[in-house]
Amino acid sequence: MAKVNAVGLEKNEYRGAPTTLCAGCGHNSISNQIIQAAYDLSLIPEDVIKFSGIGCSSKSPTYFLGRSFGFNSLHGRMPSVATGALFGDARLKAVAVSGDGDSTNIGIGQFKHILRRNAPMVYIIENNGVYGLTKGQFSATAEQGLTLKYQGANPYMPVDVIMEALVSQATFVARSFAGDATQVRELIKAALSHDGLAILDIISPCVTFNNADDARHSYGWAKEHQDPLHDFSFVPFEEEIEVEMVEGETRRVTMHDGSSIILKKLDEDYDPTNRKNAMDMIQQSYEEDVLMTGLIYINTEPDSLLDMHGLSQDEPLNRLGQEHLRPKKEAIDAVNAMMF
Amino acid sequence: MTVQAMTKEEAQSSGERIVNDFSMTVATMNGSGSQTSNLTLLRAMFKMGIPVSGKNLFPSNIQGLPTWYTIRASKDGYLARRETHEIIVAMNADTFGQDLESVVPGGAFYYGDHLKFEINRDDIAVYTFPAKKLAKDSGAPAALRDYVANMAYVGVLAHMIGIDMEQIKGALDFHFSGKEKPIALNMGVIEAAAEWAAENLEKQDPYYVEAMDGTEGKIMADGNTAAALGAIFGGVQFASWYPITPASSVAEALTINIGKYRDDLYEGGKTYAIIQSEDELAAIGMALGAGWAGLRSMTSTSGPGISLMTEFAGLAYYSETPVVIWDVQRVGPSTGLPTRTAQGDITQVAFLGHGDTHNIMLFPACAQECFEFGWKAFDIAERVQAPVFVMSDLDLGMNQWMTDPFEYPDVDMDRGKVVWEQDLENWEGRYGRYLDKDGDGIPYRTVPGNKHPKSAWFARGTGHDEYAAYTERGDDWEHNMERLIKKYDTARQYLPESDIFEKEGATIGIIAYGSTHPAIEEACDKLEEDDLKADYLRLRSYPFRDEVQEFIQKHDKVYVVEMNRDGQMHQLLSLAYPEMVNKLVSITKHDGLPLNARWTSEAIQAEEN
Ligand SMILES: Cc1ncc(C[n+]2csc(CCOP(=O)(O)OP(=O)(O)O)c2C)c(N)n1
Ligand code: SF4
Ligand SMILES: [Mg+2]
Repeated sequence: MAKVNAVGLEKNEYRGAPTTLCAGCGHNSISNQIIQAAYDLSLIPEDVIKFSGIGCSSKSPTYFLGRSFGFNSLHGRMPSVATGALFGDARLKAVAVSGDGDSTNIGIGQFKHILRRNAPMVYIIENNGVYGLTKGQFSATAEQGLTLKYQGANPYMPVDVIMEALVSQATFVARSFAGDATQVRELIKAALSHDGLAILDIISPCVTFNNADDARHSYGWAKEHQDPLHDFSFVPFEEEIEVEMVEGETRRVTMHDGSSIILKKLDEDYDPTNRKNAMDMIQQSYEEDVLMTGLIYINTEPDSLLDMHGLSQDEPLNRLGQEHLRPKKEAIDAVNAMMF
Repeated sequence: MTVQAMTKEEAQSSGERIVNDFSMTVATMNGSGSQTSNLTLLRAMFKMGIPVSGKNLFPSNIQGLPTWYTIRASKDGYLARRETHEIIVAMNADTFGQDLESVVPGGAFYYGDHLKFEINRDDIAVYTFPAKKLAKDSGAPAALRDYVANMAYVGVLAHMIGIDMEQIKGALDFHFSGKEKPIALNMGVIEAAAEWAAENLEKQDPYYVEAMDGTEGKIMADGNTAAALGAIFGGVQFASWYPITPASSVAEALTINIGKYRDDLYEGGKTYAIIQSEDELAAIGMALGAGWAGLRSMTSTSGPGISLMTEFAGLAYYSETPVVIWDVQRVGPSTGLPTRTAQGDITQVAFLGHGDTHNIMLFPACAQECFEFGWKAFDIAERVQAPVFVMSDLDLGMNQWMTDPFEYPDVDMDRGKVVWEQDLENWEGRYGRYLDKDGDGIPYRTVPGNKHPKSAWFARGTGHDEYAAYTERGDDWEHNMERLIKKYDTARQYLPESDIFEKEGATIGIIAYGSTHPAIEEACDKLEEDDLKADYLRLRSYPFRDEVQEFIQKHDKVYVVEMNRDGQMHQLLSLAYPEMVNKLVSITKHDGLPLNARWTSEAIQAEEN
């Protein structure tokens, strides 16, 4: 008998079709952590909804949660499709996967706008600094001076996903590295508990087109330069275990659903609930030339998109029938009277 | 057929009265606040029982450029734009000369005495009135004076052509929702102006209104408001949009009205959401997402937005996602004439999307039909699992139309082939999202939130098989595309049938669609007066239903009349019926104005001779 989780499902039930991405691609590691997180949290696959745009990264929702509904949409347009779809059934948990090209080149407009709408969704950007699927062109997150086989050197400045998210009022902002499985998994779990938009910028190396050791999105560089803000862990509501809280050493963030994020101090104490701090920290990471990872910013207060629109949380909108949607016959007289 | 013009002297001496049969145009400056005055005139005449239509010809500008508002009164019930101006009220110095020239011989020209121009015509009646002084004397605050000056022409006209003061009062009452202060202020100017006219002006032209019973059971409405109200009765659950003239008022009317009619139907929370998106890509993206998630969803836009929606239209077609798109057309290409009307998006929308995309279109022709298609489009989209485009235009969407009252939907909502947990429990064999179980090309659909372990599927624009699995196999692709065209064929039976108007002994046929309907009807009467009888088929949907083919078969010659340069519907008909191409004659007008009957009948006559 294979192991099952609290809802009686084997881990296999959380997998999707076999991956067709390159062996060693960072995106596969992230898919595996999505599977693991969903299994660990004992989510019912039918309670999850998946979204993606176009790219190698955006293909990956095929390779996890095969029993969940999903939409592999258009290049750069995933946020709009997700925004509309979230209204169908407010009880579903949404996981979206995009690429750096998908979200910071063609799709930067939709990326910014879904942030300001605080759509309740985990939004993972599998960031490799290149276009994988179209074979190795620069994306907007590529560092200035990066040299690629058929492209020469990149003359432009990079876009920083985290900075963009912070200035767009994102309510959950984290950065991680596909090579750090534990941190990726715990962040995904926490993001799933966030009632709002959770941005995860995960450095996810493209082993085929951008993995030279000195490239900012390579395994080599990320391993060498990763500098976690804290030791991050997530405690689901049901498993309220005793966590030893030491003043000045441990921080706890309580989520809407009662679960907690536990942050253990590493070098310095870092308060992720202060946006100005967060920006300073990113700035500092440039100066120190490190890959800062962990929960950079969180604010559990703002309304989510669905709250802003006063949506029913009990009965999904897509199960309402005519009696709740079509005004009664008498209403037509009122309408005609309103005309002249 | 030309309008019989009289000289001023003839008019005066004959004492002939031309009653309820003229066009009256007010020339003002954009942003000068004349809309209340114009609507007051229109509504008062309507309440006198006179069939009227009101059309605003406005520039793409907020303030300062010329704008004209034309009211046609027609005892015969013709609502199209009339090509002549029998009465003109000039309030704009910039267009004074042109306005003066436009009055038909024997017509009437009114102008505010603050406009100091020479009058170089003696074949018309000319009246001048102290608009500014009347405004000043009204005691209106200085900031409101220019606006109130527009009420002066309402009063002068009321006296000179005979509009019932009680009805004017009623119109103001409606406009200001019964608020006493503005009603009193405006009515004061109108009455003072009417009195002034009675004392100072002598009627020299033949144009009058008289109460009649031509508006019994009718309402006045604009197509965009009607569309929004129809959508509300259609159970719209999601709407996303981006502002653009002439479509904005669809979403705005939805926003303003939906709560009134829907909030008491469900206690658990809102049953709808309306989002002003960042652009039209996002507008249709959101609508498509909502449609895929099982909501009745829509977006509304005009040509430039349609262009941006192209990629998503293809995705909606290929992923088989229901979504309703209102295209309130304006003149293109490019920014074109953004505030003028056209039927110029027909071929683009028919094939919107790359690859072999075919789309469904509906063509409303009056405000009541905008209401009807407002709800019906959802039924069709969900039944066929495809985007449905409703092709309105600026004239229909933004102008005031006399129309039949809106009718409550005569059928229950059709949610199409959506299956839930219980259905899948009883499902025979394996469920496949794109499996043609019924042989009609329309597969069964599950939507997110369905808890059955076999319900989920991954939607995509890439090649997929009957079970929605990714495939790049050529035969899978062909198989699916062939089913899609079969589905499109099936769709015809769910589309609105053409309206056919036959005349005994007709020798020619006319095909037209949308807002040109009043002009075509009137043109048919004009042709008949000249002994040319035409049968007329008004298209209501595309792809064409069988009656269209039969109609063309029955006639030797069929004129396809439309408002674009290239004869776009003529092109679609030619594609659909290549064997009958020789019978089809394209008649097109694309000057940005609503079609008029005289031009239409003359264009057809010219072809016949
Ligand atoms: C409108 C449009 N333009 C271009 C493409 C081609 N295209 C496919 S994927 C891609 C880039 C993907 O890059 P990224 O989002 O970084 O994903 P990765 O493959 O690196 O994971 C491009 C340009 C497309 N599919 N659609
Ligand atoms: S090309 Fe790069 S991004 Fe795409 S699958 Fe291969 S390694 Fe991953
Ligand atoms: Mg990339």
